[in-house]
Amino acid sequence: MRTATFWIIAIAVGAIIFGLFLLAPNAYYFSAGFTVLQFVVLATAWNILGGYTGYVNFGTAAFFALGAYSTVVLYKLLPMPIPLMVLVGGTVSGLVGLGMGYLTLRLRGVFFSIATLAMAVVLQTLITNWDYVGGSRGAYILRPQHTPLLGDFVPYLFLIMLVLAVVAVAIARTIERSRLGYGFAAIRDDELAAEAAGVPTLRLKLMATTLSGALMGMAGAPYPYFITYLDPASGFNLNYAVNSIAMPLIGGMTSWIGPIIGALLIGSIQQIATVTNFFGGNPAVNLLIVGVLLVAFVIIAPNGIVGLAQTWLKPRRR
Amino acid sequence: MADALLEVQDLGKHFGGFTALDAISLSVRAGERVGLIGPNGSGKSTLVNCLSGTLRNDSGRVRFDGRIMDGLAAHERTRLGMARSFQLPRPFGSLSVAENIRIPLLYTVNARAGTRLSPTEIDARCLELLQLVGLAEKADRRPRDLTQVEMRKIELARAMAAEPKLLIADEAMAGLSHSEIDDILALLFKLNERGITVILIEHIMRAVMKFSDRLVVLVAGRKIADGEPQAVVRNPEVERAYLGE
Repeated sequence: MRTATFWIIAIAVGAIIFGLFLLAPNAYYFSAGFTVLQFVVLATAWNILGGYTGYVNFGTAAFFALGAYSTVVLYKLLPMPIPLMVLVGGTVSGLVGLGMGYLTLRLRGVFFSIATLAMAVVLQTLITNWDYVGGSRGAYILRPQHTPLLGDFVPYLFLIMLVLAVVAVAIARTIERSRLGYGFAAIRDDELAAEAAGVPTLRLKLMATTLSGALMGMAGAPYPYFITYLDPASGFNLNYAVNSIAMPLIGGMTSWIGPIIGALLIGSIQQIATVTNFFGGNPAVNLLIVGVLLVAFVIIAPNGIVGLAQTWLKPRRR
Repeated sequence: MADALLEVQDLGKHFGGFTALDAISLSVRAGERVGLIGPNGSGKSTLVNCLSGTLRNDSGRVRFDGRIMDGLAAHERTRLGMARSFQLPRPFGSLSVAENIRIPLLYTVNARAGTRLSPTEIDARCLELLQLVGLAEKADRRPRDLTQVEMRKIELARAMAAEPKLLIADEAMAGLSHSEIDDILALLFKLNERGITVILIEHIMRAVMKFSDRLVVLVAGRKIADGEPQAVVRNPEVERAYLGE
């Protein structure tokens, strides 16, 4: 399938999903859908660096929170429509991704991962001590009463996240089939051999960290409007880092569809667990679900659901 | 030498207090077949790494095709026409054999000014290179399904895909059988006939003597001999390095 065709289909699928949600009986569906789509964006963004290029990022929550906190700053300083805030949040996180990449990409394997974790801790400390954005007390965001087209506010946020998900997935699919995708795969397999084959590894890795960080920041930017109260503990929540690693791992890391499958699966299960008050509605149950699934998949299907499907289909094709 | 393709001047490299390369000077003309030998640990691979940009030399200068290479990254040197194969094959494991060849086509040939292969031309070029090394039927396989000699051939095909002027083959034959060595040798001769200068780093004397126009010997980071192969192996200093007193 050509890239242009894929973009058109992705946009059409997005439109259909939005249409279906408009038929939903109550506003809760938009709220649950927003959370799941947020994870589609985060998992897809993580996979551009982690799955395609092979650099495991433990700092998803930091990029997400930076996007969210840029919105808090803009809300106080210079209120503007949320789509613009998404662009600003993406730019901030993208620049931090570029900087982090420049400082840490000489580290390989697990050392890179530890550096991303350390960066998340440092950023959380900085935000916790920055009074302007509420420090450890957190910041309140007042939603506008109405939105121009949709009336209610949550469907509007849902639509923004849906657009982001479509864009993120289409970007990932475009990369996968392009020269850039081959370069990323070469880096993942063997950096020295990639250099010898003419691949400018440092530049490509910086592109991956920047793009991945920017998409995570974009996913975080609408978040303060969604929960209306943001504090460092929720912005830098461990849930984001764990989920955005687990979802591509469970779905399959080599293909754009893997993170979607993982995010839809885990995100939905987590929402159902919350609604049905499973385990007394303890929020930690979300992490438990991810943990159990992760262990199961690492043992049963190390290449994720996509890998499982490929091994089933292969003998028939030959 | 004015018409030298590769000119190395007083190249030095230290690892801590250990001198791996000590003022190596070397000059290779276009079209030449140069054999580089030396006992284990004599600095052959370090020299290859310094030439190809994987390591930075501490002193001296490398001039290739009229350009000074010092400070250029490995991928830039590959694009300028200096290709290498690795001592231990380093294929891209998650990609098919054909895709392994596609990477240098996309990132070297297509990255040079004035050339842009279309997707069909790239497919054709992949197949052509795989035919050259005799791996055409295995184009869709993964590298892990290949034998040792086939892995060496991917290494060479990948280096060839970059359309190099100079190919540095780092122990492309180590561990291979007699007939497999002849296979790789025939391939290297074929490449040389196409106008590619070849530097062959090798332990297997039969192969080196058959292939080289000229033989260079490194011992303990110094160049101790450089000349016509038969004369070099009779050189007493070389004999002493290999056989002892």
